[in-house]
Amino acid sequence: MDWHQLWEITSAPDNVPIVALILLVPFYTWYGIRQALANDRLIAQLEADPQLAKTHHRKTMPWKAGWSKEIPVWPYLLRIEFLAAIVVTVILMVWSITLNAPLEELANPNLTMNPAKAPWYFLGLQEMLVYFDPWMAGVVMPSLIIVGLIVIPYIDANPLGAGYYTWKQRRFAISTFCFGFLFLWLLMVVIGTFIRGPGWMWFWPGQTWDPNNQVFEVNRDLPDLFRITNIWGKTIFGAIVMGIYFAVSGGVVHKLFTWSDWNKKVFAKMSFLQYITMQGFLTIMMLLPIKILIRHLFRIKYIWVTPWFNL
Amino acid sequence: MAEEHSGTPPKEAPSDVPSKKGLAAVLDEVREINTALVGKAKEDLESLKQPEKTAVFKSIFRVKHDESSRSRALGVLSNVFLHLHPSKINRDAVRYNYTWGMGGITFYLFVVLTFTGVLLMYYYHPTKGQAYRDIVYLMSDVPFGSLLRNMHRWAAHLMIITVWLHMFRVFLTGSYKKPREFNWCVGVILLVLTLLLSFTGYLLPDDQLGFWAVTVGTNMARATPFLGHEGPFGPLLHMTPYNDVRFALLGGSIVDANALLRAYIWHCIAIPVIASVFMIVHFWRVRKDGGISGPAPVVLEQEAIKAKVLPYVVPQHTE
Ligand code: HEM
Repeated sequence: MDWHQLWEITSAPDNVPIVALILLVPFYTWYGIRQALANDRLIAQLEADPQLAKTHHRKTMPWKAGWSKEIPVWPYLLRIEFLAAIVVTVILMVWSITLNAPLEELANPNLTMNPAKAPWYFLGLQEMLVYFDPWMAGVVMPSLIIVGLIVIPYIDANPLGAGYYTWKQRRFAISTFCFGFLFLWLLMVVIGTFIRGPGWMWFWPGQTWDPNNQVFEVNRDLPDLFRITNIWGKTIFGAIVMGIYFAVSGGVVHKLFTWSDWNKKVFAKMSFLQYITMQGFLTIMMLLPIKILIRHLFRIKYIWVTPWFNL
Repeated sequence: MAEEHSGTPPKEAPSDVPSKKGLAAVLDEVREINTALVGKAKEDLESLKQPEKTAVFKSIFRVKHDESSRSRALGVLSNVFLHLHPSKINRDAVRYNYTWGMGGITFYLFVVLTFTGVLLMYYYHPTKGQAYRDIVYLMSDVPFGSLLRNMHRWAAHLMIITVWLHMFRVFLTGSYKKPREFNWCVGVILLVLTLLLSFTGYLLPDDQLGFWAVTVGTNMARATPFLGHEGPFGPLLHMTPYNDVRFALLGGSIVDANALLRAYIWHCIAIPVIASVFMIVHFWRVRKDGGISGPAPVVLEQEAIKAKVLPYVVPQHTE
């Protein structure tokens, strides 16, 4: 156990945000889920008791007859905003007095940093480079993430759960978003920061970052396993495999999506365009965990090899 | 105050009336002025206990400061900085547990970054060689220079965390649903702009860290399909290292002086201006879409089926 190495990574000033992230994200996830479950209990209660549903104010917050629904912004909101500004300022001050922003040597194109890391918030993309070629990890995937986020409101046809935390009424939406955000994005950032050392090698926490570390790992492409050597053969083979992938994963997504009775109704409401867009983004998103799995289980690098690109 | 002196003889007493002469008269007068001034000072001190009653306060704020709801509402609405707020909001919306305050904190961090960023610009030249020296000088010799730089750096990191958490809470509360779909899209653009702001700033110290991070980052642009010289179909469109999209980003084929200047202008002018415009739209839409989405009353499944138009879909126009 190389404690020194571990300390060096966790205490690097530029890694403080990731340490903060590791604490803040689980906290807020818990904080949101706790309220979701409280609302779900209320929903169950109201569904069981239609009379109560008519009279209840339908929030988990306290309510007394005679209370006004609205309160003046000044002072009730503004004082919170001012307080928040002060707290944030104090945090920033203390942080800035205790830790200096890093400044390395003058930029030198002839002296490669090892590991050369992207800024921490892009480490998810850099980590993706292990599994995808740069055109995919650096260009296509980021664009799809942005477009995918933008289309969310237009493909989520479920009218429930607008304006309150709930798990029961939005299981599919919440689990897919959390999977993408927490596992495929934030976990990759954490791995990129703490696990990836020189040569972008995998170092367990506490393992020394040895720049001479070599991993002799022979990766193969899927067509090789089937002894396909002709490039056009590989192209066609890969296209077929990808077709099968999208068919199968589309089927799985459909089954998961229409699992609950409520979502069967949501599905009935969806337009073709909404449905196909959702399928497209989710199946492409699932390419990443699939490629991670087949890389580590079968040492397969590419599924689809063509004269123009490899996937 | 004037009455106190009514008993004393008028100052311009006729000279034939016998009165104190010379020094004594002057002393008397001084004493008189003294009591008057002390009285006035006490009065001023007394008025400090209620500054909102002073003429200066009234000239600045224009609205009575008291607890009537009219004054409270006007205090917000007639203030240029506060009028982005409605005068009243849902009583539960001020609870921290609903919004986590993340949107507001993100905005506050943007303000802090603008402030510290402008101060940093006073000490920084976006030219090779000088840039790095400026940062070293800032960290070692400028009074509070390192505090300034650290605050800018850490606020930038914090802003990324808070903007992610803000998006997370907006998702978890389903706040992107009707009628807020478009504001979610504006938010996604803001998210991208926030990341780009941070990324373009990374290169500016012109040190190894920034240089290699930006090299790694922009190298990916080489692989852009169609537009990068190493990307799929790029060579088919005659892309070379000297005309592809990476060249456009860096102003050259390597990360050098032109890239530094471009990063500087994107970082200090272009992206902040664009982000400000989007923020204005974002806040405006929060208001126009009926304020914060919740905490809204829960809706049950059977009601959602029954009602074609759901109760919460109707935006409560506040103006
Ligand atoms: C620079 C970045 C951003 C700033 C300064 C900002 C600021 C704010 C503020 C102050 C609010 C009021 C409520 C609150 O504080 O939560 C808000 C609401 C909202 N934001 Fe953002 N935001 C940013 C980025 C985003 C992003 C990345 C998204 C989503 C992808 C987003 C989507 C929304 C939506 C949908 C609302 C309305 C929420 C509701 O009604 O509950 N914003 N934003």
